[in-house]
Amino acid sequence: MTTTSTTSSSRKLTIARAMAEATAHEMRKDPSVFVMGEDVGPLGGVFGNTRGLHDEFGSERVRDTPISETAFIGAAVGAASDGMRPIVELMFVDFFGVCMDAIYNMMAKNTYFAGGNVKVPMVLMTSTGGGYSDGGQHSQCLYATFAHLPGMKVVVPSNAYDAKGLMTAAIRDDNPVVFMYHKSLQGMGWLGTEKGATVATPEESYTVEIGKAAVARQGRDLTLVSLGAGVHHCLRAAKTLGEEGVDVEVVDLRSLVPLDRETVRASVAKTGRLIVVDEDYHSYGVSGEIIASVVEHDTTCLKAAPRRVAYPDIPIPFAPTMEQWALPNADKIVDAFHQMMSN
Amino acid sequence: MQPTNDQRLWMYRQMVTSRHLEERIETLYMEGKTPVFNMAKGPIPGEMHLSNGQEPCAVGVCAHLNADDVVVATHRPHHIAVAKGVDLNAMVAEIFGKATGLSGGRGGHMHLFDAAVNFSCSGIIGESLGPAAGAALSRKMQGKPGVAVAFLGEGAANQGAFHEVLNLAAVWQLPVVFIIEDNAWGISVAKQASTAVLRNDMRAEAYGMPGTHVADNDVEGVFAAAGEAIARARDGQGPTLIEIETSRLAGHFMGDSEDYRPEGEKAGLKGRDPIPRYRAALLEAGLIDAASDADLVDKAHERVEAAIRFAQDSDFLPPEAALETVFV
Repeated sequence: MTTTSTTSSSRKLTIARAMAEATAHEMRKDPSVFVMGEDVGPLGGVFGNTRGLHDEFGSERVRDTPISETAFIGAAVGAASDGMRPIVELMFVDFFGVCMDAIYNMMAKNTYFAGGNVKVPMVLMTSTGGGYSDGGQHSQCLYATFAHLPGMKVVVPSNAYDAKGLMTAAIRDDNPVVFMYHKSLQGMGWLGTEKGATVATPEESYTVEIGKAAVARQGRDLTLVSLGAGVHHCLRAAKTLGEEGVDVEVVDLRSLVPLDRETVRASVAKTGRLIVVDEDYHSYGVSGEIIASVVEHDTTCLKAAPRRVAYPDIPIPFAPTMEQWALPNADKIVDAFHQMMSN
Repeated sequence: MQPTNDQRLWMYRQMVTSRHLEERIETLYMEGKTPVFNMAKGPIPGEMHLSNGQEPCAVGVCAHLNADDVVVATHRPHHIAVAKGVDLNAMVAEIFGKATGLSGGRGGHMHLFDAAVNFSCSGIIGESLGPAAGAALSRKMQGKPGVAVAFLGEGAANQGAFHEVLNLAAVWQLPVVFIIEDNAWGISVAKQASTAVLRNDMRAEAYGMPGTHVADNDVEGVFAAAGEAIARARDGQGPTLIEIETSRLAGHFMGDSEDYRPEGEKAGLKGRDPIPRYRAALLEAGLIDAASDADLVDKAHERVEAAIRFAQDSDFLPPEAALETVFV
């Protein structure tokens, strides 16, 4: 499944550009691929991830929709079952409340209800994350909300290389894939861009296998597990801890469904210490799932109780002082490690 | 638009087949559920929404469709599935939850998917519209023949999905037809208590599409209205909304006491049962006589009985097969 690029490339792309490039490549190759959503046409997507597509493919295949998520996501389910490969955009993941029925009762379940006789090959792109004071209805991650519900794959890239490969894999997948991209990683200047997400990305097409985590940094003393923007917090924390002589491994989950528990377990088996970093809500979420995946497998591998640095169980506040206080960051990860070692 | 004699006989045969299926399911469903009604018991557990009385909606529409056309039906799907040509053995086996069912028992009676004839349905009100519009979009984009039809109840016309999808289908001029089966009741709530307009076809005007009303559960009235709408869709002239005044001769689901109905309403509806009415019309027209009718009815019944035997004789999948087909 995974195709690794054979030609090296030093060209750097933002995640937004990488998503658009992967989509354009698949649209050139496969006439059944098309895009629909709000402002995905001439505007190029509010977060830039469809930029250039309308110019190349026109308004038949890059469709601006009415503000009717129930209608166009439901329509994508019907089109996908009829031989098309729609890519639809839910502009902010927070908006899932107006259309979740089409997502989790149809997109996610129809293949199962049909005993595998109906395919729903569609991609649902949606933006996640806050940190720029957009308030509690435009700043959530909701990773666990989607990953909890069976029948849809869920991917969360942390950098442009993975974004392009995961996007290509998602479009080619015969199952529905939710592609959750973090706004701070998109390379849109107005969103306070994380520089580490803009990385060398080959021009040619390649896939990153859905369901495989990546070890973003190797280490022996501590495992940090995260996804999306959290990976960059972890890499910064790893650098700080490295200056203290702590050798930190960072696991980038990349996919939540399927979840690569093996890579997490192998890392913790090596380091004996686990901290999970998640910008989604603390309780009932990714952090608890990762810790459970380790301890239900083996309780003896841990040298210390695992910890989590996650978003507190509160709606996301507007005021920058409150929002920044609540968000995970590298300092909190370093503190969590110090507390782990002092107990 | 008038049906041909062959189409008349086809519609009558499908109605008789569907009704016999529902009557047999009604009996089989109650096995194990008396004297105490427990929905989990018996050979057909779970909710059961019978379509008795609504057959004209199914046959009048599906008479214009072929296997390539897409139909998305409702939680009350049997009459439509029969008329769309869903494999009857596999459908009944699915209703029994058997391995030979359409999806090996993973779906059940509200989740019948037969890709061979482009039929599907779902259990939630208003869910048929989006996928039907999407299938229509798919045909339009691919330049492939075929139209899509969404069936819905009159209660679904008060769902957001109804308004969103009608607008989308009209903006994009999709080859889709929306068929409202107005049986006057959303479980126990009467249409006039839930709906601000007298007839939902009036709402078509708000979305720039034609709206048609068919009164009195009239088989050939449905045939004419649906024929015109489907021809428009095939001709690239966009969507149509049709509301059919039909009747729910069973409860909302099996076990529904229907105490909410006004006294005498049910008896009145049964007096207007569309199948005896259509039989009388065909006798009157000389298309059938007593002997040919008996033969047609016998054959339809035997088809249903064979499907029931097929389902009863089939095994269940091993329970752990539940883990399969989440992804393909």
